[in-house]
Amino acid sequence: MSVYRQLSYEGLWKNNPALVQLLGLCPLLAVTNTMINGLGLGLATILTLVASNGLISLLRNHIPDEARLPVFVMVIASIVTIIELSMSAWFHELYLILGIFIPLIVTNCAIIGRAEAYASRNPVAPSLVDGFMMGIGFTAVLVLLGGMRELVGQGTLLSQAELMFGEAARGFQIVIFEDYRGFLMAMLPPGAFIGLGLIVALKNTIDARVNRRQAKLSKAATEAATA
Amino acid sequence: MSIFRLSPPYLAGANHVTLQMMQVLLALVPAVVAMVYFFGYGVLVNITLAVAVALATEALMLRIRERPVKPFLSDGSAVVTAVLLALAIPPLSPWWLTTVGVVFAIVFAKHLYGGLGYNPFNPAMVGYVLLLLSFPVEMTTWLPVASMSQQPVDLMMAISYVFTGQLPGALTMDTLSGATPLDAMKTQISQLRPPEVIMNQPLFGMFSGKGWEWVNFWFLLGGIYLIYKRVISWHVPVAMIGTLFVISGIFQLIAPELTGTPMFHLFSGATMIGAFFIATDPVSGSTTLKGRLIFGAGVGLLTFVIRVWGGYPDGVAFAVILMNMLVPLIDYYTQPRVYGAR
Repeated sequence: MSVYRQLSYEGLWKNNPALVQLLGLCPLLAVTNTMINGLGLGLATILTLVASNGLISLLRNHIPDEARLPVFVMVIASIVTIIELSMSAWFHELYLILGIFIPLIVTNCAIIGRAEAYASRNPVAPSLVDGFMMGIGFTAVLVLLGGMRELVGQGTLLSQAELMFGEAARGFQIVIFEDYRGFLMAMLPPGAFIGLGLIVALKNTIDARVNRRQAKLSKAATEAATA
Repeated sequence: MSIFRLSPPYLAGANHVTLQMMQVLLALVPAVVAMVYFFGYGVLVNITLAVAVALATEALMLRIRERPVKPFLSDGSAVVTAVLLALAIPPLSPWWLTTVGVVFAIVFAKHLYGGLGYNPFNPAMVGYVLLLLSFPVEMTTWLPVASMSQQPVDLMMAISYVFTGQLPGALTMDTLSGATPLDAMKTQISQLRPPEVIMNQPLFGMFSGKGWEWVNFWFLLGGIYLIYKRVISWHVPVAMIGTLFVISGIFQLIAPELTGTPMFHLFSGATMIGAFFIATDPVSGSTTLKGRLIFGAGVGLLTFVIRVWGGYPDGVAFAVILMNMLVPLIDYYTQPRVYGAR
């Protein structure tokens, strides 16, 4: 498996920051009450991860080991500030909804985790890919969880898409259940915990199935080889 | 599994889950009859629907978890959960409300934690709190007692409303429903009306809400039967009712304008069903004797606090769940000393 395929597999599935490392749960749980909110925060996190991984990888030979954590935090904080100001300028409504969770990306452990574990000891190109794939993995979970909660909570998908894609997107909203009375619990924090738990359980079930099948296949292969 | 087969003669003192659950259901009968008398046949429709959904969900979860279905299904624990939840929700509730509550109670509060014996929270109360937080409108449309209602709820009317949402003639839920005594007490006290004046209104009976005092009385009697049969121990109910009585008595003396009398608190809302049937859950409650006293006292105290200063008229469900969370801590600190150990 090439390095990049390995990085994609790790970021999207095997080492998914939200489902396996369980990093960055605070924003993950707090803003995923709709799909669009999840997507907005996810895109901001992808940008931060790619930029911070790239910068830290570039600087990795100049950062003294003893002072690496403060340096990482400063780099990440600068990037997040840039993203925050840009969002405030171009997606102001969404910026208002996501509120404190945009500046809080600085404290998202997934980002400093990748800087420490990968970018600070690998060349620039793989670091960029690692940041991108980890970001995509995180965003996928944000969008999935946001979609689940929005669907159960208010019976729609992609509501308020205009916050992100402009006025033309006002029609993106899909009403799944007509005349739905709403299920408040899904939109409240407990819904986030229960939803994330269900997604983690689903991933573990799929992994267990795949492992069982592979074990059976390899057993059959060894039996065929010995026979 | 012959041990689960129920055929006489029973061994004296035989003590297992099915028998205990049957005793609990038997002890609930008088109070259920009283609730049907005061609030109409909707109560029975709720119970039937809740039990059916609970058994179906339980069977499904047991199959998914690859556990033996028949012995666990016939242990009656799902039925007790369903009946307790059905008694807690308003007497005329749409079918989906009951279904959502029961399914959540059985799937999330019971089986995801490992099934009977492993659930840290009381499943019926988890289902109830889910409904109360998610559907506040449906969960607060209680009926007044039948003698005060414009139209007593008969069986056909109850079935029709539960399954189709239709009421006969020009009736609407708004004309049928009314404030519960706890509701009325809370809102009118916030309007600075003194409790003894409020108690003179037609909504109230001898010393508590009309009808409600009798329902609570029959729950109390059923609970005493359970203690007599040794299905539950006296510790939790006595501690809970005692604490509620003492604390409301203290406030009666120092600040009578704050809330109702101790008797009002004891015979209102879910006090008695909570004390004898819900807080005494052997799985989610404390296991040591001293711990049960602390657990019951905590439930009584929190119930009073939520009723008087909280956002909801009654607080038994929240109190039980909050104390469920403390059970591991309580059990840890009240572990009795092993005989002979220092």
